[in-house]
Amino acid sequence: MNKETTRVVVAMSGGVDSSVAAALLVQEGYEVVGMMMRLWSDEASGGAEHNRCCTPDQMQSARRIANRLGIPFYVLDTKDVFRERVVQYFIDQHRDGFTPNPCLECNRHIRFDWLLRHALALDADYLATGHYARIAKNAAGGWLLKKGLDSSKDQSYVLSVMGQEQLSKTLFPVGEYPKAEVRRIASELVLDAANRKDSQDLCFLGKNDYRDFLLTYAPEVMIRGPIVTSSGDVLGEHHGLSNYTIGQRKGLGISFSEPLYVLAMNPFKNALVVGTRAELGRDQLEAANFNWVSGAPPDAAFRAEVKIRYRSQPQMAEIRCLGKERVWIAFDEPQRDITPGQAAVVYQDDVCLGGGLIIKLEEEQDGLQASEKAADLAW
Amino acid sequence: MNCKREVYLDYSASTPVDPRVLDAMMPYFSEIYGNSTSSHRQGQQGENAIEDARARVAKVLNCKLSEVVFTSCGSESDNLAIRGAAWRASQGGKPTRLITTPVEHSAVINTVLQLGELMDLETVIIPVDQYGLVRLDQFAEACKGGAAVASIIYANNEVGSVNELAELAAIAREHGVLFHSDAVQAGGQLSLNVEQLGLDLLSLSAHKFYGPKGVGLLYVKDGIDLPSVMTGGGHEGGRRAGTHNTAFIVGLATALELAYAESEERLTHFRHLRDRLIAGILSRIDGAMLSGHPAERLPSHASFVLPGIDANALLMRLDLSGIAASSGSACKTGNPEPSDALLALSFTPDEAKCGLRLSVGTRTSDADVDYALEILVDAVGKLRAVKREFVA
Repeated sequence: MNKETTRVVVAMSGGVDSSVAAALLVQEGYEVVGMMMRLWSDEASGGAEHNRCCTPDQMQSARRIANRLGIPFYVLDTKDVFRERVVQYFIDQHRDGFTPNPCLECNRHIRFDWLLRHALALDADYLATGHYARIAKNAAGGWLLKKGLDSSKDQSYVLSVMGQEQLSKTLFPVGEYPKAEVRRIASELVLDAANRKDSQDLCFLGKNDYRDFLLTYAPEVMIRGPIVTSSGDVLGEHHGLSNYTIGQRKGLGISFSEPLYVLAMNPFKNALVVGTRAELGRDQLEAANFNWVSGAPPDAAFRAEVKIRYRSQPQMAEIRCLGKERVWIAFDEPQRDITPGQAAVVYQDDVCLGGGLIIKLEEEQDGLQASEKAADLAW
Repeated sequence: MNCKREVYLDYSASTPVDPRVLDAMMPYFSEIYGNSTSSHRQGQQGENAIEDARARVAKVLNCKLSEVVFTSCGSESDNLAIRGAAWRASQGGKPTRLITTPVEHSAVINTVLQLGELMDLETVIIPVDQYGLVRLDQFAEACKGGAAVASIIYANNEVGSVNELAELAAIAREHGVLFHSDAVQAGGQLSLNVEQLGLDLLSLSAHKFYGPKGVGLLYVKDGIDLPSVMTGGGHEGGRRAGTHNTAFIVGLATALELAYAESEERLTHFRHLRDRLIAGILSRIDGAMLSGHPAERLPSHASFVLPGIDANALLMRLDLSGIAASSGSACKTGNPEPSDALLALSFTPDEAKCGLRLSVGTRTSDADVDYALEILVDAVGKLRAVKREFVA
């Protein structure tokens, strides 16, 4: 590959990781083009001024870094498609009683589809991002998605939506470095971003948190309702199901003889189901919309590690395909906080095999859907 | 960047300084640097250069020396003309309405709107036709109620259409309305004979005709007493305070003189390239529409609406191939709005986000135009495919 004639569009946010990604690509001799996506942001909470990934400040910062690196920099209008595919998804999932992770949908539809297609239309050979993950080839010539070298910063969880075609056109330059090394490179390059805080939380929320956002855009998910036990006793009132997350203990506002945890949500009855620590934990789940990075679901059941949240530790489980995009996962040990709407992502060592959205939790004993069972009992 | 070639097609945004202009300017930085108002010989030499420049400008404009006011740019000239006229009218107890069009440069429209708000003046925005031109009968109608000033653009920056300036000026005169024209785009290409055009006020900017950025002028017809916007010393007949920018004023005059001395040759060259661009785009890009008047347009100016294209993304693609172009709806921050000018020409809001302006200049060649056409056709095809596939 002649790097000088290889054009790479790098998605820049003005932050450390994507700035270093751009710098590394320039150092390696690629023809690099900086690009920022202008995303939709909530006007009600300050809009573009406070959007956490494309504020005027960050745009200015990215522009200056690009300038210093001697690469062109452009901003792509992505507002409408982002609103449609990511923000609406976030709202709809909350309406359905799920706890969504919109970053995965953004990677699925926006970054590695909308942006990638634009990069290719600009005659780029690759799209690069500042994610901590690695791309490799296996013996058979297939593309592998691997955890970042620094496992504490690994972001392969949110990249589990990627397929062969996308991996073949993507570069993750910082995935090969520990975060401290990335910061060191950043300070060497005198990037202003070196001491900037890592971006966190959802970019489109502006200065409000997601509860305020939902109050504006989906007030129906923030309606008060009963807090019930799995045996049907009403213990109090909740402030809207979207305020809670499975496994949560604090902030329930009820007194009971022992600590209570959120077990499930029933959006049909607007009920929050709580129970004791002993009742918490499920050991099986079903995931839908499952993406196998290899493009082919495995034929037989197999054992592997599974992450059920971005920040959770991988746990051993048995994985069985139920259909093309449906997967059954049975953990060795019950998991406290399996949450519908989050992704279940499967790993074999440091290779990410794929992931899907958790839609159901089940108990091993009778196979009944736990959330429904608990809620039915309550009514 | 590994651009195969650089093709600049944004001469309506700015032009390179002609080397002859630069040569003429050079002595006035470090050799003849005195303040033109000083009494010593350094000052006298500076003053001389400025008055010589004024005479050369007055010749092109066919006006008196005292009617030329040097400013820092076209926007400043527009401000001086409109603010001055509005203050003058409100002081003199005359009609204070402000008449303009929806397709003016922002220096005109925003000045009019701000005065309307701050001074509580009535503003009249007369509609334009599908080419962006002012209709004479509508203008006459607007002038009936009297006004402090009517400001009508000579040639439109976004769609290139050229107004019937002499006819409009005559109507204004009939109604006793002061007539101003922003001729910034027209400078170097259309007649600036203020006597023939019958103008009261006219704005120009040097960098549109191969002069430097940072210098402009306002023609002010004798007898029109405009209060200064920039107050201070008594420079420019008390109409524009501030130490003269001698080198740039010399640059403006030299560039203006050259433009009109060589206009036949230049304009023939521009028209040829412009028509090649227009024919190429209309025949090779599905759905492409010419924006602005097909005949009554600036010789250097070709503008289009390319439906289904994000103008921002198109400009990126062109830039990566070394082609500099522009769009009234594009925006560096990725937040494109429909172009006000295209909306005023009755394009739909979606279409008004798909504008493209290509403007040629003295350095443009046939090969440049052909290269641009080739890249443009390819880019439009690819970007339309992205939209199709992503939506599907």
